[in-house]
Amino acid sequence: MGILHLTRALYDQIRAHGEQTYPNECCGALLGLGTADGWKIEFAVPAGNTRTDSAHNRYQISPLELVKIERDARRQGLGIAGFYHSHPDHPAQWSTTDFAEAHWLGCCYVITEVAQGKAAVTNSFLLAGVSEEEKRFELQTLLVDDPSTPSRHPRGSC
Amino acid sequence: MTIFIPTPLRPFAAGHDAVAVDAVTVAQALEALTQAHPHLRKHLFTSEGKVRAFVNLYLNDEDVRYLPAKEATPVTAADTLSIIPSIAGGDSPSRRTRLRRLGSEAARPLAA
Repeated sequence: MGILHLTRALYDQIRAHGEQTYPNECCGALLGLGTADGWKIEFAVPAGNTRTDSAHNRYQISPLELVKIERDARRQGLGIAGFYHSHPDHPAQWSTTDFAEAHWLGCCYVITEVAQGKAAVTNSFLLAGVSEEEKRFELQTLLVDDPSTPSRHPRGSC
Repeated sequence: MTIFIPTPLRPFAAGHDAVAVDAVTVAQALEALTQAHPHLRKHLFTSEGKVRAFVNLYLNDEDVRYLPAKEATPVTAADTLSIIPSIAGGDSPSRRTRLRRLGSEAARPLAA
């Protein structure tokens, strides 16, 4: 699952969400299909951030909202491929909090740095490993499919 | 009843996104599920046999933790049980002001 395929429109949507919620964190789910080399994302579903007590540096998606997102995904023949969130004025790097709270093995965690209200770097990390005790984040290739000018971001950065 | 399996647990359930089980309570449904797919057990339960803290169980649209009978809640064949690992996170408050571009440190965590 080394590559995360996104259309330019979805990539822009995720980054725009981070700008809209700045200075708070945004969050959402990525619905897609597993491919031979990773995940191909079909939809990015914005979610509410339930961490209203500390929304500038924490996010949480309601489990019930996730149940409904997952239900809708299944109806469309898709699965939850991962999640995205923003780091307002903070690098697009996973934090120890991100790691401790990551439990979707094999899924992608996309993080966008939003610097002074503008989306900057976006990275994707695969939660690799076969168990909670052996999990680890691996930086993965974020491949943004642009119909006119395909571009590859080998380090996941833009 | 039908138990919906989330993406990360499907490899441990023979790739299924849903598993049908015969059960009269939530607990029995989970037992039937893990009997059919034993590799799921360690992902759902602690070594003491409790549901892991980050594993959410929803009986239809109800969080099982908040049902009066919890996992002893009766179920019918028409019910669904969704297994949903939690999703949360965030940046590190102690380093919020230190904007740092990713470079060779891309694979390292930021200290909390």
